[in-house]
Amino acid sequence: MKELMLGNKAIARGLFEAGVCFVSSYPGTPSTEITEEAVKYNEIYCEWAPNEKVAMESAFGASLAGRRSFCAQKHVGLNVSADPLYTMSYTGINAGLVIVVADDAGMHSSQNEQDSRHHAIAAKVPMLEPSDSSEALEFTKLAYELSEKFDTPVLIKMCTRVAHSQSIVETSEREEFQKNYVKDISKYVMMPGNAKKRHPIVEARTKALIEYAEKAPINRVELNSDEIGIITASTSYQYVKEIFGNEASILKLGMTNPLPIDLIKNFASKVKKLFVVEELDPIIENHVKSLGLKVWGSNILPRIDEFSQNQIAEAFGKKVSEGISLDENIPVRPPVMCAGCPHRGLFYTLNKNKCTVLGDIGCYTLGAVPPLSAIEMTLCMGASIGAAHGFNKILGKLSENKTVAVIGDSTFMHSGMTGLANVAYNQSNSTVIILDNSITGMTGHQQNPTTGFNIKGDPAGKINLEALVKSMGINRVRVIDPYNLKECNEVIKEELSADEPSVIISRRPCALLKYVKHNPPLKVDSEKCIGCKSCMKIGCPAISMKNGKATVDSTQCVGCGVCSQLCPKKAFESTGEN
Amino acid sequence: MDTKNIIIVGVGGQGSLLASKILGHLLTAQNYDVKVSEVHGMSQRGGSVITYVRFGDKVYSPFVDKGQADFIVSFEILETARWLPYLKIGGQIVTNTQQIDPMPVITGAAAYPENLVEKIKSKGIKIDAMDCLTLAKQAGSPKAVNIVLLGRLSHYFDIDESAWQKSLEANVPPKFLELNKKAFELGKKI
Repeated sequence: MKELMLGNKAIARGLFEAGVCFVSSYPGTPSTEITEEAVKYNEIYCEWAPNEKVAMESAFGASLAGRRSFCAQKHVGLNVSADPLYTMSYTGINAGLVIVVADDAGMHSSQNEQDSRHHAIAAKVPMLEPSDSSEALEFTKLAYELSEKFDTPVLIKMCTRVAHSQSIVETSEREEFQKNYVKDISKYVMMPGNAKKRHPIVEARTKALIEYAEKAPINRVELNSDEIGIITASTSYQYVKEIFGNEASILKLGMTNPLPIDLIKNFASKVKKLFVVEELDPIIENHVKSLGLKVWGSNILPRIDEFSQNQIAEAFGKKVSEGISLDENIPVRPPVMCAGCPHRGLFYTLNKNKCTVLGDIGCYTLGAVPPLSAIEMTLCMGASIGAAHGFNKILGKLSENKTVAVIGDSTFMHSGMTGLANVAYNQSNSTVIILDNSITGMTGHQQNPTTGFNIKGDPAGKINLEALVKSMGINRVRVIDPYNLKECNEVIKEELSADEPSVIISRRPCALLKYVKHNPPLKVDSEKCIGCKSCMKIGCPAISMKNGKATVDSTQCVGCGVCSQLCPKKAFESTGEN
Repeated sequence: MDTKNIIIVGVGGQGSLLASKILGHLLTAQNYDVKVSEVHGMSQRGGSVITYVRFGDKVYSPFVDKGQADFIVSFEILETARWLPYLKIGGQIVTNTQQIDPMPVITGAAAYPENLVEKIKSKGIKIDAMDCLTLAKQAGSPKAVNIVLLGRLSHYFDIDESAWQKSLEANVPPKFLELNKKAFELGKKI
C-alpha cells in the first residue's frame, strides 16, 4: 500500500515489517517519533529508557535473547550510548540489532552539530543513510539482514530533513523472526583475553563490508554525464537531483561506512570533474582524496549548517532567485516559554536574586533568553549538577550562597543522579533545583521514570524524587510550587544560605499537558494599570503593552496568575470564562 | 506537472502541522508525488515556524528555498512578511491578519511593523488577507485558524470539494469534525 509517511514513522514501519520485537529509546529531536510510532504496533514491545546507554544495553540484551531489537537516539544521545556501542562492535549480536542516530545539521533543536558518521568509523560498525521515507523503510529492513549476516550492530543515520519530512512509501507485511540464545563466553564476555581475539574479527568484518559496499545495490551509480560526477548521500542527494536532474552523473551512497574503493575509482574514471556533496564534515571527501583522486567539495561548500538547494546551486555557479523582501525591520521571533509555563516563576525568582544559574537540556534552557536571562551555562544532559559541584568547589563561599543547578525531572533521571551522587559524596555545598513538570517536555511529552506511566500511558513504576535524593544522602529536600513567587523566593534564599547540599523540587505539571485544568484567562483593568511594566519582567507571551497599558491575550493566557503577583496595583483580574 | 511549492508559516503552536498533514493527505490522494517537511522540537515553543509542502510528478528536495514558493499560507502577518522572500515572482499569499507580538516587541526592544498587508500589496504581490481568528471563533474554536486558512487556499486549487472533505475527515478527530468543516466553509466563502 502507498502512503505519505514521515521519515521517522517509516523507520518504525520498517521495524514492524522486519519482525522486530524490542525497542528501547530515550527521546531526542529529531529521533523521537520513531519510538512513538513503533509503540502503535502491538507486536513490538516499546519503552522509554532513562537514558540512551540503558536503552542500547537493553536492546543488546534483547538481541542476545534472540529477538530483533532496536534503539533510537539523537546525535548527542549516541555520545551517551557510545560505551556499549563500541564494545558491541566486538561481541557482535545474536538476533539483528539496529540503532538509529538522528543528526541535526542546522541545529533546529540541539546544542551542537556533530557528525555521527565519526562514531560509525570509530566503532567500526556499518552505517546506512536513507535519503527519504521510502529508503528509511527499506534500509531498516536491509539493516537487519546485514546485522545478522556480518554479526554486527548496524547504525542508520537520519538527519532532520529525512526524519521530519514526509514522502511516499510502499508498505508490506510483517515477517516474524526469532533465534535461540546460546551461551558463548568467548564471544560475549569482553575481558582482555577474549576481546583480543574479537578485535581481528572486527577488522576482517570491515574488509568483508567494504567488499559488500562495492556491489551493494544501495550504493547506486546514475550515469548521465561524462562532465560532472557527484558523490553524495542522505538528503544532499535530493538537493543534487533537484538542481541537476539528469544533467550530472551521481554516485549515491546508501552505505557511508565503510566506504567502497573500486566503485568510487571506477565512477571517477567516467567523469571529467568529480565532486562530493555531503553535509557537515568532509568524510566521503577525505576518503576519496585518500584514494589519490582529485575532488571538489569543501572548497566550494560550507562545513557548517545544513545545506539548501539554492546554496548548492550557487556553489556550482548557477543563478538563484533571492525573492522579494520588504524594506522593513522584521523583529525576530525566537522560541519562548509557553504562557503558563511553570518554569517562568522560578527563573524570575532566580534572576531577581541575582543567582548564578547553571542550566541543563530541556524547554527550561529558554530561561537564558531575555527578559528572564537567568541561565548562564548549558552544556549537555546532566551537566548542570556536575558543573555546579566544580564551580562551588573552586569558588567556595564566593559562589555557594548564590549558585544553583537547574535540571528537569527527565534530565535528572537521565544523568543528573550521578552528578548529585558526586555532590552528596564529595560534599560540595551545592543547591540543585529539579524542575519537575511531570513529563519530558521539549521533545513533546514523553513519560519518564518519575511520572508513574509507561510509554503507552499505562500505570508503571514511579520513582519518588524526594525519597530518591534523600536516600542519596541529601538531608535538605524542599518542594515548592513555582506559581507561588513568595514561596519560591523564601525557599531559594533559605536553601542557598544553608551550609550543606540541598535539593529543591519545583513541582507543577507542564501547562501543555492535556489533563492540566487551566484557570480562566486574566484581563487588565486599564483604570488600575499604571504602565509600570512590572508584569513584563516575566517574559510571558500573553502579556504586551498597548498604549502604555498592559494587555492580556486571552487566546494564550491560562490564568496562572504569576503576573498578578508582580502588579503593585492589583490590576489583573479573572475574566471568569474559559 | 512541474513541482508546485507551498510554505505554511506561523508561530509555533498555532497548528501548522495539522494543516500540512491535511494538505499532504489531499495531494497524495490526487496521485501526486508529495513531500512535506516539518520542524519539531525547540522552535515549536512560540518561535517562527515553517512547514514545506511540495507536489508534482516527481519531487526531490523536501523543502522550498527562497524565490520558489507558489503559495505562502500564513497564520500571522509578521510571519508573512518574514518569509516573503520565499515567494516565487507571481506567487500567491493567503494570510491571517492576526498579530502575535514576538518577545522583542513584548519587551520593547523592537516595534511591530505597521500596515504590512498594504506594504506587501504595494510591491505588486497577490495577497489574500483575512481575519481568520474571528472566523475560527465563529466556527467554534480559536484553534481552527488552520482550517479557515485551508478553506481559503482551496479557492486556488482545482481539486474537488469532496476530496478536501475526505482529507479533513481522515485527519481531524471525529468530535471536532463538524467544527472544522464549518471553519473550512467560512474560510472558503469570503
